[in-house]
Amino acid sequence: MARKLTITEKIILNHTGLSDIKPGDIVNARVDIALGNDITAPIAIKEFETIGIKEVFDRKKIALVPDHFVPNKDILSAKQAKVLREFARKHDIENYFECGEAGVEHALLPEKGIVLPGDLVVGADSHTCTYGALGAFATGVGSTDLAYAFAFGELWLKVPESIKVIFEGKPKKWVSGKDLILYLIGKIGVEGANYMALEFSGGTFKHLGMADRLAISNMAVEAGAKSGIFEPDEITDEYVKTRAKRDYTFYRSDEGAEYARILKFDAGTINPQVAFPHLPENSVDIAEASSKNIKIDQTVIGSCTNGRIEDLRIAAGILKGKKIARYTRLIVIPATVDIYRMAEKEGLIDIFLDAGAVVSTPTCGPCLGGYMGILADGERAISSTNRNFRGRMGDVTSEVYLANPAVCAASAILGKIAGPEEVL
Amino acid sequence: MIFKGKVFKFGDNIDTDAIIPARYLNDAGEENLKKHCMEDADTDFSSRVGEGDFIVAGANFGCGSSREHAPRAIKACGVHVVIAKSFARIFYRNSFNIGLYILNADTTGINEGDLLEVNTDNGEIKNLSRNTVIKANTIPKFMSELVNAGGLIGYAKKKAGAYSHD
Ligand code: SF4
Repeated sequence: MARKLTITEKIILNHTGLSDIKPGDIVNARVDIALGNDITAPIAIKEFETIGIKEVFDRKKIALVPDHFVPNKDILSAKQAKVLREFARKHDIENYFECGEAGVEHALLPEKGIVLPGDLVVGADSHTCTYGALGAFATGVGSTDLAYAFAFGELWLKVPESIKVIFEGKPKKWVSGKDLILYLIGKIGVEGANYMALEFSGGTFKHLGMADRLAISNMAVEAGAKSGIFEPDEITDEYVKTRAKRDYTFYRSDEGAEYARILKFDAGTINPQVAFPHLPENSVDIAEASSKNIKIDQTVIGSCTNGRIEDLRIAAGILKGKKIARYTRLIVIPATVDIYRMAEKEGLIDIFLDAGAVVSTPTCGPCLGGYMGILADGERAISSTNRNFRGRMGDVTSEVYLANPAVCAASAILGKIAGPEEVL
Repeated sequence: MIFKGKVFKFGDNIDTDAIIPARYLNDAGEENLKKHCMEDADTDFSSRVGEGDFIVAGANFGCGSSREHAPRAIKACGVHVVIAKSFARIFYRNSFNIGLYILNADTTGINEGDLLEVNTDNGEIKNLSRNTVIKANTIPKFMSELVNAGGLIGYAKKKAGAYSHD
């Protein structure tokens, strides 16, 4: 009898010429999309040029998104962005986006229908795992890997074991995908899924939208995971059908497929979470975080985790008619140009500006401590981003707390870490 | 290969922002990466580390971003081998791809400043300061082939010889 396969094993298998695979096997897999950004692609391009292959494997299957330091923050980053642009021009790369049409890569690619269910995606960015939300196998790799993929359209991969994570029950008000993933990382730790695929399922996800799934898959890497995948369903179909310009496939795990672990949670008992410095696993309930009276200097709402229109709507709903605390900053960064435009049309930008926020063009910016929103020594930020490592947003003595956009907005108003109920 | 040098010891969860902070990622040049390597974990690491020295760490070394700048920065400092209890996934593959040796071993008994002699072929780690020997876990065959081919690009060049798109 043939082995029962997980969705991850099936997608990988179908991108090889093999008849069977199992966890631990090292395979050469065909790549549907190979992604790089303005930090990682310049190294990949340099390495690609040493391999001795003139043409990229497929100009339609490469995505180059300058997003980390654009609009260029300084001369050096301008040079890196230029390397991308010139490579894109030379090879006529279809999915190259200048900053006026782009945004944070992991918000952009799903939005534009560039990554689709059933795809095998590699990206020289650790949050490439975001696309698992669509039912794709997507994983972060390095620049040299990317160079190899550019040349041959394939890459070596170790077939991962899978951990099945089931969330059942209707989430409480203000609880989003971000809270479920912070809660999970709090339970299993930042190394809890190292080298493995996280596979999410359960009734809870009928109550949440695609933005929540994207936030969850996005942070799979924060538990060390190779990927974080959802089985595609009607919500997936609703999201991709108007965006896709090519065929896509819905894969499902077989009944009886093997898992390294199966974890089950009642989402109905989970509260909004705040992850304390300096690891995403330090998550606690908002009530506990709020009781500690933690003053903040800056709030960031944006990034590939929570910079989508749904996130901005939630934040605006809380900030409407209110002002942020004196002597604090609120930086709102719509993750893509389309999101920016939608937010403008819906009046959200005005709400943010009226509250005293600054609204930036789409960029990674402060999320990785790149530019525009850097913390001074001893400063504290609450952020809807995904990492709170020491020094991540600025000075090595600064601190980052991670939370969902509602908690961020409420905290901005009170100038301390607070839940949405405290300001409404 | 056999390497001999002294130990720079770090704890658990040394992330890629600690290995090379993002504020320096606007320049992928070796000099820049070398100068700021480990800066946020050990301020003057790059001025004290020497050719052949080792980075020895606890669990989950290299977690966080996919930036290949991290293993490249370590290599630029003259460190050829990193020994840790465990490694984050992307850091692990990046290291093999660029030819930085990665050894998985119980590092509890290794301390800052110890003198080590490490054989990357058989994974033997001799602690000359403490007269102890420990053994690293073996690596998959494909991965040792990769390092022996000079990393993924060396491997790719061989493949390119027998392959062309046009
Ligand atoms: S928004 Fe942050 S986490 Fe996402 S790609 Fe940019 S730097 Fe990385």
